[in-house]
Amino acid sequence: MNNYTVNKLKILANAAKYDVSCSSSGSNRPNSGNGFGDAAPWGICHSFTEDGRCISLLKLMLTNFCIYDCAYCVNRKSNDIPRSTFTVNEVVNLTVEFYRRNYIEGLFLSSGVLVNPDYTMERLIQIAKELRTKHNYHGYIHLKSIPGASAELNYQAGLFADRLSVNVEIATEKNLKMLAPDKNFQSIFHPMTAIQHRMVENKEERRKFRHAPQFTPAGQSTQLIVGATPDNDKHILSLADNLYSTKHLKRVYYSGFIPVNPDDKRLPAINEPPLKRENRLYQADWLLRFYHFSIDEIVNDTHPNLDLEIDPKLSYALRNPWLFPIDINKADYETLLRIPGVGVKSAKMIIVSRRYRRLTSLNLKKIGVVLKRAKYFITCNELKSEGVNELLPNKVKEILLTENKSKRMQRSLYQQLRLFPLN
Amino acid sequence: MMNLFIYDQTFEGLLTAIHDAFEMKINPDKIVSTKSFQDDLFAAKYKVVTDTEKFDKLWNLIKSKSSEQNCQRIFKAFLSELTGIEIIIYNYVQLIVETDYNVELDFSKDAVLKLNNIQKKVGRESHRVIMFTRFQKTIDDIFYASFDPKYNVIPLTISHFRSRFTDQKWIIFDTRRKYGYYYDLERVREITIGKNKINFENGKIDEDVLHVSEKLFQKLWKNYYDSINIKERKNLKVHMQFLPKRFWKYLPEKDFKNNVKKRVLIP
Repeated sequence: MNNYTVNKLKILANAAKYDVSCSSSGSNRPNSGNGFGDAAPWGICHSFTEDGRCISLLKLMLTNFCIYDCAYCVNRKSNDIPRSTFTVNEVVNLTVEFYRRNYIEGLFLSSGVLVNPDYTMERLIQIAKELRTKHNYHGYIHLKSIPGASAELNYQAGLFADRLSVNVEIATEKNLKMLAPDKNFQSIFHPMTAIQHRMVENKEERRKFRHAPQFTPAGQSTQLIVGATPDNDKHILSLADNLYSTKHLKRVYYSGFIPVNPDDKRLPAINEPPLKRENRLYQADWLLRFYHFSIDEIVNDTHPNLDLEIDPKLSYALRNPWLFPIDINKADYETLLRIPGVGVKSAKMIIVSRRYRRLTSLNLKKIGVVLKRAKYFITCNELKSEGVNELLPNKVKEILLTENKSKRMQRSLYQQLRLFPLN
Repeated sequence: MMNLFIYDQTFEGLLTAIHDAFEMKINPDKIVSTKSFQDDLFAAKYKVVTDTEKFDKLWNLIKSKSSEQNCQRIFKAFLSELTGIEIIIYNYVQLIVETDYNVELDFSKDAVLKLNNIQKKVGRESHRVIMFTRFQKTIDDIFYASFDPKYNVIPLTISHFRSRFTDQKWIIFDTRRKYGYYYDLERVREITIGKNKINFENGKIDEDVLHVSEKLFQKLWKNYYDSINIKERKNLKVHMQFLPKRFWKYLPEKDFKNNVKKRVLIP
């Protein structure tokens, strides 16, 4: 480890940064009393970059040399960029030393394809194995499964890693083939299915033998790039929904397309990444996973794209005004979750608190319900005010949007008034 | 006449005070620690003698009336050290003890909401310590980190560090309250340290006691931090919200500033 490593680290962290997955949650690898590290079931962030993203894992590429030439990727072989490769020892050392200083929760290791997929995968496994066996490391490890690597190697990787992932990147096969001529859906879904089957088997084994080794206890995840192809939100969310239900993925990440290769004619020319759209997709993803929504309630043939102005739940409520108002004191948990401005936490708290008394809007406010939005969609123990059916959906949308805008205006006005820069 | 209870600043002391107030059927207007006590001519003063038996009795009563978790919440609220926290806890305990059902989740009650808001803040601060602690390795292989958390949360973080860093010696020190914990590979114990070799302003250890490799790893970490940032997605508002400025001085990735810039005041 010396200044030469600093340079390598710069190149290979820079190469890995477009993979958005950074969660360290969902595993359970308690420290057995020797060694160090402890993968907690809830993730922990240790820092935040200026783009507002959390740093939980040491996210690195083993190498940014690659034999593939995918249009959306910064590391594609036709790019003229500084290239480097870590040794197994360097990655192991960095992980151990960073972890011991409480900089990170664990390691996220991906790689370009060096020589061939199996050769690359073997190196990733070696790193994970050394951490686990030589250093007695119990922290989090997320490994990328290299497309095309053998099933046997994927199996080995899963024994040391907490999470494995294969990135789909592009939501439709036609567009994937256009941007990444070396890839197809089969090469992506095949390892995903293999990992899934292995996880099911492992669960069964562990039921019989308590000490059978764990296989990827934090499951698998994937990433979809948003805005690099003309695919609409329905394509993207249907694929995600499908992956959640058939492949039992823990997470699907959405990554707003950043034009890393601006000269490539196959890609759209954009000035800034579609961050709003990415945000709306995550909100829709949450509705699928935690709010008991079904996919066609969020996007369907009449509404193939999410509304960028308002969040998908509000948008759903405004499209279906006849479902409202919902009675806070009677509705069941699933129905409460449909109210804009009521989240999982407040819905649970409503259920708990209304055992003691009928709730009023003051109670709701204290519970944390966003009344500004919710008030058009509920009735509680109070005189009824004008709701979505009296005002009509368009009017409600208009009110909520102007409220937001005026708030933003006030803020910028306040900033203008400052004569002297604070800080 | 105002009723003033004076206790010894410990949690056991506070619960003894509450126990005594219940027993004597006196409503305290104020419960203060001996440290923050200012003599008040017109108050009826009660000096509380901390009694573990009384503490256990009340503690078990609270547990039976509510839950183990609820006891933890009360303890967390106590660690906030906010002025007036004693009366908030008194009101809460009184409500728990006097209500015939378990009132701990009835958020329409003011006392419940008040205590919960405070204990939540304390919980969040202790989580921040877990997130933003940065150990520096010393020449004798001890990993040192210091902090000045808003609330007295270091005790809440010890079990986390204890189960995570089992094969390295470490120290976590609260520079505001001037105490900390040292893990010597066997047990964790409370310690105090003098100011020599440690800059209490920014938690930095003097260079002559730093491990030879320490500077390099700080540099590596700083470079990693800068490289992983995506410039096209710059969002300083969110950045500042998640990484409050008061922690920057402890973070190598934020340059480990020697002196935190003073705010320029508007004349």
